Amino acid sequence: MQKIKIDHVSKVFGKHTNQALKLVQNGASKKEILKKTGVTVGVYNASFSVNEGEIFVIMGLSGSGKSTLVRLLNRLIEPTNGDIFIDGENISKMNKEQLRNVRREKMNMVFQNFGLFPHRTILQNTEYGLEVRGISKEERRQKAEQALKNAGLLDFKDQYPHQLSGGMQQRVGLARALANDPDILLMDEAFSALDPLIRKEMQDELLDLQETMQKTIIFITHDLNEALRIGDRIAIMKDGQIIQIGTGEEILTNPANEYVRHFVEDVDRSKVLTAENIMIRPITVNVEQDGPKVALSRMREEKVSLLVAIDRARNLKGYITADDALESAKRGDKDIKKIVQTNMITVNHDTLIQDVFHVIYDAPTPVAVMKNNRLVGILIRGVVIEALAKGNEEAILHE
Amino acid sequence: MSNFLDNIPRLPVADWTQSAMDWMTKNFSGLFDALQSNGEWLMDSITNLLTTIPPILFILIIAIIAFLASGKKLGLTIFSIIGLLFIYNQNLWDELMNTVTLVLFASLISIILGIPIGIIMSKSKWAEEVIKPILDFMQTMPGFVYLIPAVAFFGIGVVPGVFASIIFAIPPTIRFTNLGIRQVPKELVEASESFGSTPSQKLFKIELPLAKSTIMAGINQTVMLALSMVVIASMIGAPGLGRKVLSALQRAQVGNGFVAGLGLVIFAIIIDRLTQSFNKKKYE
Repeated sequence: MQKIKIDHVSKVFGKHTNQALKLVQNGASKKEILKKTGVTVGVYNASFSVNEGEIFVIMGLSGSGKSTLVRLLNRLIEPTNGDIFIDGENISKMNKEQLRNVRREKMNMVFQNFGLFPHRTILQNTEYGLEVRGISKEERRQKAEQALKNAGLLDFKDQYPHQLSGGMQQRVGLARALANDPDILLMDEAFSALDPLIRKEMQDELLDLQETMQKTIIFITHDLNEALRIGDRIAIMKDGQIIQIGTGEEILTNPANEYVRHFVEDVDRSKVLTAENIMIRPITVNVEQDGPKVALSRMREEKVSLLVAIDRARNLKGYITADDALESAKRGDKDIKKIVQTNMITVNHDTLIQDVFHVIYDAPTPVAVMKNNRLVGILIRGVVIEALAKGNEEAILHE
Repeated sequence: MSNFLDNIPRLPVADWTQSAMDWMTKNFSGLFDALQSNGEWLMDSITNLLTTIPPILFILIIAIIAFLASGKKLGLTIFSIIGLLFIYNQNLWDELMNTVTLVLFASLISIILGIPIGIIMSKSKWAEEVIKPILDFMQTMPGFVYLIPAVAFFGIGVVPGVFASIIFAIPPTIRFTNLGIRQVPKELVEASESFGSTPSQKLFKIELPLAKSTIMAGINQTVMLALSMVVIASMIGAPGLGRKVLSALQRAQVGNGFVAGLGLVIFAIIIDRLTQSFNKKKYE
């Protein structure tokens, strides 16, 4: 179900907004517009929708307008034009009180530098959203304590933010947003200020949390690896415009333009590509109808020494080797059922390449890629190494 | 060239000011009279109350406050005891109580008026642009000049002294309140807004608490400026230590002048340290 819809939203900072918007339409860059009109284009003509329970990542370098875009969603920044719908209600047309209610009940935000109030204890920070809603003291205390407990921070409730480490502070930031039980979480570079190891930990925690709570999350980041790790879909922004929206795989395998391609080049491909992305067509033999002679001729034709054995429904049966097929032919066997070896190693189609690597390293034969228990392809060592090398080679070229 | 300049008639700025003053004195005389008599009565009562407290008890109370406020350190406590005993010993106790009342009133009214003005200033760019030059004007104009309208409105006595002191002392409170609120990190203001705070929730729960230490620094300045007006205000009949200094000046009595001045310094140091020590952040 569609939760958030953004329709041709633009934000221009400065006075001559119409003139600037026209210039963008004609393809002028941010710099040119600033020079000509003195206005800064924050976001131009952004349209997308986010489904309920989805993690939607908005990614771009600094100055690309991603932080502005997320602030347009709860109108911390007023859009210059365009419409923003949440649950079908037009946020951009709301009066102050309606907007306050949306902010109180529907969406909360997690900030890059945590945004914790230094003069309030961890518990008081966590209570804040409930407090401004006017919820009674006992109820808000109980809810806030529960949120802290879920984050494993209840022991620290009477401490002040500066007494906690960065990772813990951001857990409080997240707990504070969740204490309110909003449908939507806006996360503005929420993990960017953290150490790489802590960041990874927090990403895992967020994914774990998401599995149980199913919020709609808008996540802003400048880190493509982070985007690929947690995003169901990713929007890439440049100069205030969204240039591609898609799943991580779509963006990696089919970049919309040179900019995106350049962006995705240094990604560690082994953590993103799956077996399905790099598998090759299996050369098969049907155990129910083919005999050893058919197998041998196919091997000669395809220049391979091994065939994957399947049945009519493409269920994997195993493999046969050239040596066994030759002997079987000499014996005059009618079928190949006897010579099928069943110890073939399989992986699921969505296994990450970094995990495939260990499997294939020890495997004596190619690895079968399965989807819904049907054979969809095979992986051989050379293909996996090539896929990894391709990423590295390009990364090296750009360093 | 000089001829041309001489041909411009002198602008009657002094006359305009005078007639504006006259107009105000005439039209608001009822208000001024009421303020004068009620103010005088209130301040006299407070001074009387202060003087009825036995000096030894007063010194003890100040010492205890100093001890607690300075974080249980002895320095300020001992200084307060010795300093106040010295003032009592020099027979300046009644004068000190008058000065306490004057400074207390001028500071309190400055704070009560100054903080809201500072808040308005921080919330509106327009208000800031209007108020800032007025504050500059108030601070650069010599303190003596305020005595003239003060006398015109209130006659002589302690009330015009308080009036002149407020004009002179209020700017730091206004400025620092404005500054303190504007200095609250943007992310915290956004965080507060993103949870759906109303403007007043944002102000009272986040902005004012975070601006507190800056505002307190402004209040400290205001108190010090009010104290510095004590001598000047005595020229229009405000009682207290200032009057002792003034009369020593008029009679060229160096010794008396020094003692009264020293009394002021002691009092100034005590309230300066006290107001500063109220400014410790509990979360740091």
